[in-house]
Amino acid sequence: MERLDLSRLSVRELNQYLHHELPKNGVDEVEIVNPSGLHSIAAGLTVPVKIRVLGHAGYFLAGMNQRADVTVHGNVGWSVAENMMSGSVRVKGFASECAGASAHGGLLVVQGSASSRCGISMKGVDIVIGEDVGHMSAFMAQAGHLVVCGNAGASLGDSLYEAVLYVRGKIHSLGADAREEPMMEDDYRKVDELLRKAGIDYSSREFKRVASARSLYHWNAEAGQEY
Amino acid sequence: MCGIVGLLARTPDFRQRLGECLAPMLVCMGDRGPDSAGLAVFTAEIPSARRQFSLFSSAGHFDWIGLRDRFTEDMGSAEFESIENHARLATAVSPDQARHWLAEHYPQIHVLSVGRSIELYKDEGHPAEIAARYRFDRLTGSHAVGHTRMATESAVTPAHAHPYTAGEDFCLVHNGSLSNPWSLRRMLEKKGIRFETDNDTEAACRYLEWRMSQGDTLEKALQEAFGELDGFYTLLMATADKLVLVRDAFACKPAIVAEAPEYVAVSSEFRSLAHLPGIQQARLFEPVPEEIYSWSV
Repeated sequence: MERLDLSRLSVRELNQYLHHELPKNGVDEVEIVNPSGLHSIAAGLTVPVKIRVLGHAGYFLAGMNQRADVTVHGNVGWSVAENMMSGSVRVKGFASECAGASAHGGLLVVQGSASSRCGISMKGVDIVIGEDVGHMSAFMAQAGHLVVCGNAGASLGDSLYEAVLYVRGKIHSLGADAREEPMMEDDYRKVDELLRKAGIDYSSREFKRVASARSLYHWNAEAGQEY
Repeated sequence: MCGIVGLLARTPDFRQRLGECLAPMLVCMGDRGPDSAGLAVFTAEIPSARRQFSLFSSAGHFDWIGLRDRFTEDMGSAEFESIENHARLATAVSPDQARHWLAEHYPQIHVLSVGRSIELYKDEGHPAEIAARYRFDRLTGSHAVGHTRMATESAVTPAHAHPYTAGEDFCLVHNGSLSNPWSLRRMLEKKGIRFETDNDTEAACRYLEWRMSQGDTLEKALQEAFGELDGFYTLLMATADKLVLVRDAFACKPAIVAEAPEYVAVSSEFRSLAHLPGIQQARLFEPVPEEIYSWSV
């Protein structure tokens, strides 16, 4: 286990070490201390390493992550795990806007709430939020699953493509082309599997399914088009 | 992009440390706004018959002593302190009379703020230079708000820097951009309200002050403003006894709040709060859209 201190290293030095030295030296566990809300901590990782960040991080934590498992013992700012490809990111506190934006794969868990635009344009990631999500979450979400254990804010799933959303609490409002659908056996299995991976103890029976009505993204040449 | 910061002391000891804790917050947010910066600090109110004015000269090496001597000769005794381009004048002369005298004898001097509690500094340059120039780290008081500006819609000048003020003991800083400042302004100008710049934030500031002059509380004025202001905004405001924060319905301009036993701190980003004492135990939260957050001194 290696301990890296951001009061002594710059984020650039830290990330260069994680990108270039770490893959060579075989260290498989890293602890990052004094994150002090700095941006882009542990972004761009490509190796299967366990990283613990002790404290609150800023924007873009573990952005573009591949294969690494990153846990933050604190809160994160905007765009945590943005464009993640694989691996996992777990936030013990809350996340600010755009959590998991555009992420293609892997698992993002936020144990507290995530604010607006959570999972915006997600492309295959699985996201589990322990509490609430803010407005415009899963906007234009293309693939993957968003599990919200609390309430969802306004315009959930606006312009939704093929991502599927599960909400345990109240939905303030659905966005354009998002609709509630009945839960099927596959949905219960998926929610149970993701809750188990996230370590969050709810029953899938409490969740609703929201998916695309698919009326917005198929071009209808027959419809009268007025611009 | 801009940065906003605010700090309210909850203990007498912390009032002594207000500037020492706030200056690094402002300097850190220089990354979000390197063009210009400003800060308003609120101290114990001076007697009700007196007003203090924060004055600004855009000409370097202004003869503040000359101004002081001429003012006291014409208008009677006044308290006076100056630092670089700024001065504080406290007098029993009415605000209208004092403004009139200044406009007549020193038209190049800008009145940045008027009140019994507010003192205001703003200038052009990197926030780190401005904080050092005016010794923000030495300021004491009950609460303060600051701003670091990256101009997007009007010129970079000291007058366009925030905080903006209107009326007495009220100021506002803004991260974002309004899309209807000119229609607000036309509406207010018809009521005889005068503007000093072409900046969008000034329209929001004067709109709120106008509502308050009509009898609204700041909270009621903000409820109305949610319907009137079009655009993006995180607004942080201060009056003699309050610090108030709102975000627009889209909430795409950031803010984070830290509530601790000794203080309440607000910033655009957590990293500018990371140095505060007891921050690890503070209650941290992100303010939600169109909710009014208010803390009293």
